[in-house]
Amino acid sequence: MANQNVIRLKNVWKIYTMGEVQVPALRGLNLEIKRGEFVAVMGPSGSGKSTAMNMVGCLDIPTKGSIFLDGKDISHLSESDLAQIRGKKIGFIFQQFNLIQTLSALENVMLPMTFQGMENEKKRTRAEDLLKMVDLGERIHHKPNELSGGQQQRVAIARSLANDPEVVLADEPTGNLDSKTENVIMEFLKKLHSDKCKTIIMVTHDEGVASYAERVEYLKDGIVVNSKKGSRYKKNSIKCLPKKTKK
Amino acid sequence: MILDYFKIALSNLTRRKLRSWLTVIGIFIGIMAVVGLISLSQGMENALLEEFRKLGTDRIIITPGGAAFGPLGGSLSATKFTEDDYGVVKKIRGVQQSASVLAESAYLTFGKENKQQLVWGFPTNSESLEFFKTESMFDIGEGRFLRSSDKYKTMIGWGIANDFFDKEIKVGNTMYINGIPFQVIGIHDKMGGIASSDNVIRIPKDTAREIFMKPEEITAMFIKVREGFEIDDVVDTAKRKLRKFRNVKAGEEDFTIQTSEQTIRAFEAVLGVVQAVLVGLAMISLLVGGIGIMNTMYTSVVERTKEIGIMKSVGARNSAIMLIFLIESGLLGMVGGSIGVLLGLGIGKAAEFAAFQYGIESLKAYTGLPLILGALLFSFIVGAMAGTLPARQAAKLNPVDALRK
Repeated sequence: MANQNVIRLKNVWKIYTMGEVQVPALRGLNLEIKRGEFVAVMGPSGSGKSTAMNMVGCLDIPTKGSIFLDGKDISHLSESDLAQIRGKKIGFIFQQFNLIQTLSALENVMLPMTFQGMENEKKRTRAEDLLKMVDLGERIHHKPNELSGGQQQRVAIARSLANDPEVVLADEPTGNLDSKTENVIMEFLKKLHSDKCKTIIMVTHDEGVASYAERVEYLKDGIVVNSKKGSRYKKNSIKCLPKKTKK
Repeated sequence: MILDYFKIALSNLTRRKLRSWLTVIGIFIGIMAVVGLISLSQGMENALLEEFRKLGTDRIIITPGGAAFGPLGGSLSATKFTEDDYGVVKKIRGVQQSASVLAESAYLTFGKENKQQLVWGFPTNSESLEFFKTESMFDIGEGRFLRSSDKYKTMIGWGIANDFFDKEIKVGNTMYINGIPFQVIGIHDKMGGIASSDNVIRIPKDTAREIFMKPEEITAMFIKVREGFEIDDVVDTAKRKLRKFRNVKAGEEDFTIQTSEQTIRAFEAVLGVVQAVLVGLAMISLLVGGIGIMNTMYTSVVERTKEIGIMKSVGARNSAIMLIFLIESGLLGMVGGSIGVLLGLGIGKAAEFAAFQYGIESLKAYTGLPLILGALLFSFIVGAMAGTLPARQAAKLNPVDALRK
């Protein structure tokens, strides 16, 4: 059923042309992610997990095959239309935080709402609430370079939730952090999943980090080669289980 | 939303202050030149128009020879007028008052100095005197006007009296013209202005005929058109009659009839060309400034590739990225434009002041709103246009590649 799968990749190929050589990064990848799931994608470098992540995040379109977001095929949309969709439905958390250095924490969180044309008052209140949620209520006017790595990643988490997306995509979210901060960030991600009922897709190298997820998919040479349950997974709160109820 | 884009654009500009200012300099030099030049040439045009209006628009000047500026043109030409030509013109219907004059270059001696200057022989019969006395350019400051009984008397402009010779000339002094002593009986008020007659020297026409040995020749005829008559009709009649009298075909006239209107138009045409050339030169510097903006914006796109990727990943459409960059380059243009307008107006005012110091009081730099707004708008457009290509490049970046930077 369409409303069961929030994202579905069907026989997706991505082939990069490097000079004369064609390098396939994905070779007919099939992947289904249900609403409210917490999925980790693992694999060695070159396995195609970053490419898969870009596809899932609507940052790129496949060479062949289809991608369905909420049951709608998005594999033929223009870059500009994709931007609109991902702004609304997908929140990103990156390994390098990817905050805009000239903007304050608050402005960074407001930015995705700006691109959706939300009015100023509403944007501001929501951004403040989100920053409070990640325990940064006191530092909303700090610029990224005045914040620690962990704090920056928390700003990024707040930003990923700005437009209340269905899906939060985390690309090596703890890759640049020490293990103590890693725990803090993972706790926040867990909370997004269990309290906010978000679908979370996370790419990681780290078995320990992956074990937080409900399901771990192993990629190799552009296809899924193995799938198992995360050892540390804790179930969703009851309110998220039956059907999607927002907040 | 657009306000947010302005904020983002502004924060980017202030982040690299030095580069932004350097880029702005490129624009403001161009705009400064354009505004300064236009305000001055417009001011000059206004001053000229005012001068001519002072002279009156119901005046006609007829000189021998082809088209040339002013009565001086006639003295350079090979064809001559005589009193007989004047006799033809004088009787035309619609001529209220008229006069004919003779001008010759002569040596002036005052004290130990010797200088060359044009000397005007003016008719001193009562009708002509009446005519000249109604003209503001003949206002007497000191002494008196020429009268019909005068012979070796002269009336001089303020400039001749005060600036021409080292020694100031006073009423009652004697000045030599071609070695013949003339008593100065009147000095004109200071006129100032561009077409002024501060440097004029007038003697009775009969005396001029005698000392220059030109018994018949005249240099120019002046006509005042009677009220109720069309100036163009009078010009046409004069042209036809003179043609017949001098036996020349239409289109081959060996004389020139000028009206104030025509003279104004001729001056305007010349000023227009000068203005176009100057503004054209200034435009080249603006073009260079625009290329400077383009260069800065391209650098900026490269530097901010990652940022563009981030904005795209959080939902910025291509049009949003494009707009942010366009606003940024437009702002560079407009800030440059604003400074340029201020400095340009400053230059205009400075030139006005300098001209005033040299006695040209009627030159007022033009500072109209259309000029200011036009310059601002234009600089914004230059900026935005220069930003178009870099902005397109930014908008078209692939988010995956951009994020990898």
